[in-house]
Amino acid sequence: MQIHQYDVVIVGAGGAGMRAALESSVRTRTAVISKLYPTRSHTGAAQGGMCAALANVEEDNWEWHTFDTVKGGDYLVDQDAAEVMAKEAIDAVLDLEKMGLPFNRTPEGRIDQRRFGGHTRNHGEAAVRRSCYAADRTGHMILQTLYQQCVKNEVEFFNEFYVLDLLVDHDLAAGEVAEGDEVAVAGVVAYELATGEIHVFRAKSVVLATGGAGRIYKTTSNAHTLTGDGMALAYRRGIPLEDMEFFQFHPTGLAGLGILLSEAARGEGAILRNSEGERFMERYAPTIKDLAPRDIVARSMANEVREGRGAGPNKDYVLLDLTHLEPAHIDAKLPDITEFARTYLGIEPYTEPVPVYPTAHYAMGGVPTNIEGEVLRNESDVIRGLYAAGEVACVSVHGSNRLGTNSLLDINVFGKRAGISAARYAVDAPWVDLPEAPAALVQAELEEIRTRPDGERVGDLRQALQETMDANAQVFRTEESLHQAMDDLRSLRKRFAAVSVQDKSRAFNTDLLEAVELGFLLDIAETVVVGALNRRESRGGHFREDYPTRDDEGYMRHTMTYRRPLSTPVAGAGGDVDGSFSGSTELDGYRVVLGSKPVTMTRYQPMERKY
Amino acid sequence: MTATLEKTAPGPGSAESGLGAVPSFQVTLRVQRYLPTDAGDLPAGQDVGAPTPGEYRWDEFTLTMHGTDRVLDALHKVKWEHDGSLTFRRSCAHGVCGSDAMRINGRNRLACKTLLKDLDLSKPVVVEPIKGLPVLKDLVVDMEPFFASYREIMPFLVTTGTEPTKERLQSAKERERFDDTTKCILCAACTTSCPVFWTDGQYFGPAAIVNAHRFIFDSRDEGAAQRLEILNDKEGVWRCRTTFNCTEACPRGIEVTKAIQEVKRAMITRTF
Ligand SMILES: Cc1cc2nc3c(=O)[nH]c(=O)nc-3n(C[C@H](O)[C@H](O)[C@H](O)COP(=O)(O)OP(=O)(O)OC[C@H]3O[C@@H](n4cnc5c(N)ncnc54)[C@H](O)[C@@H]3O)c2cc1C
Ligand code: SF4
Ligand code: FES
Repeated sequence: MQIHQYDVVIVGAGGAGMRAALESSVRTRTAVISKLYPTRSHTGAAQGGMCAALANVEEDNWEWHTFDTVKGGDYLVDQDAAEVMAKEAIDAVLDLEKMGLPFNRTPEGRIDQRRFGGHTRNHGEAAVRRSCYAADRTGHMILQTLYQQCVKNEVEFFNEFYVLDLLVDHDLAAGEVAEGDEVAVAGVVAYELATGEIHVFRAKSVVLATGGAGRIYKTTSNAHTLTGDGMALAYRRGIPLEDMEFFQFHPTGLAGLGILLSEAARGEGAILRNSEGERFMERYAPTIKDLAPRDIVARSMANEVREGRGAGPNKDYVLLDLTHLEPAHIDAKLPDITEFARTYLGIEPYTEPVPVYPTAHYAMGGVPTNIEGEVLRNESDVIRGLYAAGEVACVSVHGSNRLGTNSLLDINVFGKRAGISAARYAVDAPWVDLPEAPAALVQAELEEIRTRPDGERVGDLRQALQETMDANAQVFRTEESLHQAMDDLRSLRKRFAAVSVQDKSRAFNTDLLEAVELGFLLDIAETVVVGALNRRESRGGHFREDYPTRDDEGYMRHTMTYRRPLSTPVAGAGGDVDGSFSGSTELDGYRVVLGSKPVTMTRYQPMERKY
Repeated sequence: MTATLEKTAPGPGSAESGLGAVPSFQVTLRVQRYLPTDAGDLPAGQDVGAPTPGEYRWDEFTLTMHGTDRVLDALHKVKWEHDGSLTFRRSCAHGVCGSDAMRINGRNRLACKTLLKDLDLSKPVVVEPIKGLPVLKDLVVDMEPFFASYREIMPFLVTTGTEPTKERLQSAKERERFDDTTKCILCAACTTSCPVFWTDGQYFGPAAIVNAHRFIFDSRDEGAAQRLEILNDKEGVWRCRTTFNCTEACPRGIEVTKAIQEVKRAMITRTF
């Protein structure tokens, strides 16, 4: 075992982690720990763009951007955070340009902008050109540019190191601290993939920037490595997860594969059609049609398929039609995604419509933070020294449905803020003692899995998990389907206790790490299902067929999900998850307890969401 | 080692069910295995089947695959259903992260972008690690020397003077000038297909030159002279023998050899 000491440790080297690192490393001693080489992070897969009201091509302002973000999130957005994001968006884009990001340009040589779903002029009048982009490789360029700056600034990286535990002075999940007492972070425990060696990183500040959790679903646009690690690490220490039931299903995944075709395709004029060739979005969103927010488009597509108007021999997808666009235009603006269609489905988008179906895309929920990136342990208290930014976090700027382009923005704005906050805190804060035998828990768990002679296979359990989540907790949900999912999760958790791996070595044991990641996925799936069971309404990305309307009276609140010891007293009638934000449910060895957090509203009162 | 594995029936929304009759077929994968000598002691009695540390070995797996399955799907099928110890890197699974460059039937490619049906399946599909970098385990190589060369060419925008308050202007034409080389995902397929690199690991290699090109021809950048100086080194661009292996290998379709030629020309003419 090795012990390291840094003022700030950043977990994750995607867009959020590296943006934080660029701020933190110029202020104080900083290490970035990442399970992937930084340039392999999934930020690089982002295609469409990053919105900012630069007004380079038409009139626009950050206030309209704030409104669109709030409305897009079905009003479950914390409006103070959305304002910060929309205001700071402009500098965030200009910062990236100055770092060298090769944005597409206008004829005047300025940063070009294009339309994107849900972004409008003057509070919904018409689509506005707000998205800054670099062809359909915006995320690739952001990731490369941030890494280039990290190389320039000699940021210290520990690559292919997996963080497997968060060290805190009091473990909330073990009930070690009365609500209201202070809790501080002490560091992290990491596993070096190449050697199997354990490293303890002592730190005054820890920034979680581990990205999303799309692999709880089978059909997803997310990388195999997006297994919700940071969320699960926090959750296991009793830190709540916020709004986990809100998962975004992106309308246009390649049918059957989930690989994403950016909304930019529709921004450039592509049209969704059903088997009858009808432009069906005209019925669901008469004003902005194919550019309605993702939750609405995804549900509309699923509905077309349900009502028998799906295309293909099994009528189980719809078609994305680009055939009316000029090939030269497609090549200039959408080169990568049209190549995906060619490579993976053998479809020529110039002449044939592309089969598409919704794919699990983005976790709106995550580790709760305030606008400084500080992690909350309840409605208002922070964990000292712990920060989170990017998809792992929930500030909450996306509410119940994220608008396209707002995540690349989120990682830049709040990654920067978290990096600054973490460094500032670390400069003056005292060191927190490491717990005794800080790595014992991780070591014991890994050894147990590695040396268990035989048992359940990781691949089987993961497949069962993903299948139940796709079947029961996807675009459409009901009380019954969610109970089914919960039952399946309970039995999977039991089976997971007997998981074994075939790779028994210590070098590059990805088999072992996949088992650990499966454990994270099980934790995340359980918070999604419990939150979804409790929320007896439909809002944004969460659609309950048995409660199909939005219920502001009962549910204009953020969900908070806590892991607590079984001994925790149960509130409510029998303590069940009963739609009241006060229920709980018992799992093997612990209890999942629900709570809530008020939504911050500043300028915009909830209205019905029509497009 | 041979195993026949069945694939489950396609579910709703699957490409197989949706895009008409998709054939299933038998594939034999022939994969190079390697376990380092310092992989740690295997738990007593549990070392059956593992390669002898320090020695290369070939394993064959016969699998039933479908339609548009890729080499990565076949590797996953082995790992998840048969031999969990088969080790390779991967993340995005659609050709954008650069994790899974490997030698497939003697050519460098990304496993996640290589469709099985495009290969000759009458013979085993041979999968090996990329060449010229130290093998750490099975298909995993040590990428550090590769990234070290990348870092050396100053892969970041170099500017002097005061920053503008808004964006730097750049015409669409100037932006187009270096578009091709911005696409690089640092997968190393080019560098490890280069015979010069195989015999001389000190050579910067095509990927580093591609990334230098990306900045040398960016109208906003002022570091071209320094980068050209670095690449004028005896391990720099002049070692390129224009064999075009790199261009053929690049999964992003970057004209790698052309980029190298342009850098050479810039070195002579000092125009960029
Ligand atoms: C296909 C696709 C297209 C998209 N297009 C857009 C778009 O056009 N516009 C937009 O705004 N958003 C888009 N998004 C969303 C956006 O790209 C992501 O939400 C965002 O990039 C997430 O960035 P991140 O830094 O939070 O995480 P990531 O980039 O995923 O980085 C996570 C990092 O954490 C590390 N990590 C994870 N677990 C551990 C661990 N246990 N230990 C150590 N390190 C760990 C990883 O190595 C990685 O470096 C898209 C998403 C996808 C999937
Ligand atoms: S130039 Fe092409 S082959 Fe070479 S590293 Fe970049 S993407 Fe890979
Ligand atoms: S897995 Fe990302 S490029 Fe193949």
